[in-house]
Amino acid sequence: MTQPQSASRPPSPPRVGLFVTCLVDAMRPSVGFAALKLLRDAGCRVEVPEAQTCCGQPAFNSGDTADTAVLARRFIEAFEPYDYVVAPSGSCVGMTRAHYVEALADDPAWAERARRLADRTYELMSFLVDVMHFTPAGVKLDATVTYHDSCSGLRELGVYAQPRALLDSVSGLSLMPLEGNDVCCGFGGTFCVKYPAISNAVVAEKADAIDRSGARLLLGGDLGCLMNMAGKLKRKGSRVRAFHAAEVLAGMGDGPAIGEER
Amino acid sequence: MQEAPMSFKARAERALADPTLKLAIDRTTGTAERKRAVAMTQFPQFEAARECGKRIKDHVIAHLDHYLLEFERNAIASGAKVHWARTAEEASQIVVSLCRQAGAKRVTRVKSMLGEEIGLPHALDEAGIERVETDLAEHIVQLGGDRPSHIVWPSMHRTREQVSEMFKRSHRAPHREETIEAMVDSARRELRDKFLSADVAISGANFLVADTGATCTVTNEGNAELTTTPPRVHIVTAGIEKLVPTTAHAFAMLRLLVRSATGADVTQYTTFHCGPKQPGDRDGPEEFHIVLVDNGRTRMLREGLKEMLRCIRCGACMNHCVVFRQLGGHVYGGTYPGPMGAVLTPVFDGLKSSRDLPHACTLNGKCQEVCPVDIPLPTLLRGWRDRSWREGLEPASMRVGMGLFTFVASRPRLYRLATAVAIRVMRLFSRGGTVRGMPGLGAWTAHREFPAPAERSFMAMYKDLEKGQ
Ligand code: SF4
Repeated sequence: MTQPQSASRPPSPPRVGLFVTCLVDAMRPSVGFAALKLLRDAGCRVEVPEAQTCCGQPAFNSGDTADTAVLARRFIEAFEPYDYVVAPSGSCVGMTRAHYVEALADDPAWAERARRLADRTYELMSFLVDVMHFTPAGVKLDATVTYHDSCSGLRELGVYAQPRALLDSVSGLSLMPLEGNDVCCGFGGTFCVKYPAISNAVVAEKADAIDRSGARLLLGGDLGCLMNMAGKLKRKGSRVRAFHAAEVLAGMGDGPAIGEER
Repeated sequence: MQEAPMSFKARAERALADPTLKLAIDRTTGTAERKRAVAMTQFPQFEAARECGKRIKDHVIAHLDHYLLEFERNAIASGAKVHWARTAEEASQIVVSLCRQAGAKRVTRVKSMLGEEIGLPHALDEAGIERVETDLAEHIVQLGGDRPSHIVWPSMHRTREQVSEMFKRSHRAPHREETIEAMVDSARRELRDKFLSADVAISGANFLVADTGATCTVTNEGNAELTTTPPRVHIVTAGIEKLVPTTAHAFAMLRLLVRSATGADVTQYTTFHCGPKQPGDRDGPEEFHIVLVDNGRTRMLREGLKEMLRCIRCGACMNHCVVFRQLGGHVYGGTYPGPMGAVLTPVFDGLKSSRDLPHACTLNGKCQEVCPVDIPLPTLLRGWRDRSWREGLEPASMRVGMGLFTFVASRPRLYRLATAVAIRVMRLFSRGGTVRGMPGLGAWTAHREFPAPAERSFMAMYKDLEKGQ
């Protein structure tokens, strides 16, 4: 994060490569379409590179450095041509932005390419606010919501104020504080299936806190965490519904929530 | 106390099923978290102090040989005897033989995690030397016949109700009122005369001050002072990473340590021990020994774990760890629990028997955020995962699965096809927006619903849209 973000005037209109992330691609395309809409509304020329798949985070966090390097190189090749790379996920962007250089450290040429790409890769909401200085217009949703700050976005990228600033422009929406908003939900990628009992204990506490917030909607910026929390909320019979914040910002907050029949 | 050879997961499940344990953990870590948060609001210089603390530690670690020799020189000049121990066994044997030379029947101990690390309680018990734990929490651990579960609050796993019962069962004149004060009094009555009649006192050190040869210990109960003053012999055991160049550096570290551990500005007692009793001194030990312990620390320097040597054992990382707060300390199976323990235990016990520890972590980064010396705990834990993978300790299913996934994910067309198939299969098992009873998803669906995927992937729909345009 060496480049001063506000000083980097976007080439107009900037050419953005949208990385929808493997989870959004397979599980909840609406998040991808929401991102697409928001980026276009913000004045970007958005393209969705056909060659994108997965950023390699599962391999990286499993200690499988060889497979990580394979997927990291693939990703870099696919996204290098763009002015910016944007994804609706703090954890995937954390991976490309904070860890690719490390994962490709053995190969200086690739590490250098990774470094150059990292500087242009952004989490969706921080890109909209920090780079595009964008405010969504005319979005309305009568709801009390609460926000979970997913760990990678929060700690690796400093995403905290941006989603709140964007949500502030949605009329009718009121944000309720969430106790332990910055405490991990217990998802942790493969952690949740490698250590299901521990993960469950963690997400159970999170779900209780969400219920206590009094909000009707849970929002966040990472689909993995949201699926974990939404799945737990539903299992415990909570009435809180979960959306990716991008969906609400793109005016899709009245559609089916995560885990609801379409 | 040897843990039965139970797997990490089995230990975890046992802990998760124990509501009393959870209550005890929540009380201690919750209080610690709240107090630290308050302390931080009153300590705006925290970031600067942290940077400074980190630099002090890094400097010492980079010049360990220099400071060790300086410390030894000055300690000897003050009249102390300095011993070097390469391993845990060597260290505890040195202590046991010093006790024997002193003809000790009873020794008092001040809590020190290094003592636990080198197996000192066990070694003393084996040698038939009566061991009196003078720290209240360690006294509770000793009465319970178990091991510390937290590096700052060793008896964190016991609720006060449980402690009350233990005291009533074993103290000579137990408390009658159910108040903390009455219980502390009970322990005081039980321990006080033993403090005074011990032959040898054994303590740890929070810092070793190179330019004076002094050792520094902090406590809140004053037991360190009371323990180490009356006996004839005082033995300090300390890891070699405890060095700081000067007393001023010790205080700089202390500001970080105390706020991070208990949220207080200073500990009740901060004591510097510098050599044995000198002519004219009113009290103090006749012999003062310092045992400097390596036990894997120089290996950590070589093996990419240098940053871990900054650790000042404040416990903040575990107080803020979602996993620790569900499991408590015993599940970790080593001397040190929580995030720092998950980094250290593989060093002491080998990765093979402890590979679960670096994996049972969501890598959420909170531990590093609160660490007063900014140790990149998630990175170090991931380092162990890399090593575990390299050394073939990960299950075959994982290795094959990851290889297969990478094969597919590096071929976009094949990947689209695989995604379409996966969506189909998941939808076959879907009802009411939820995937149910699908083989392979059990670990997830045992505890929460798995949201059903949309009919088609983003990439498939996007492609159609593009074509239509
Ligand atoms: S790793 Fe950091 S937070 Fe944890 S005990 Fe050591 S110094 Fe404290």
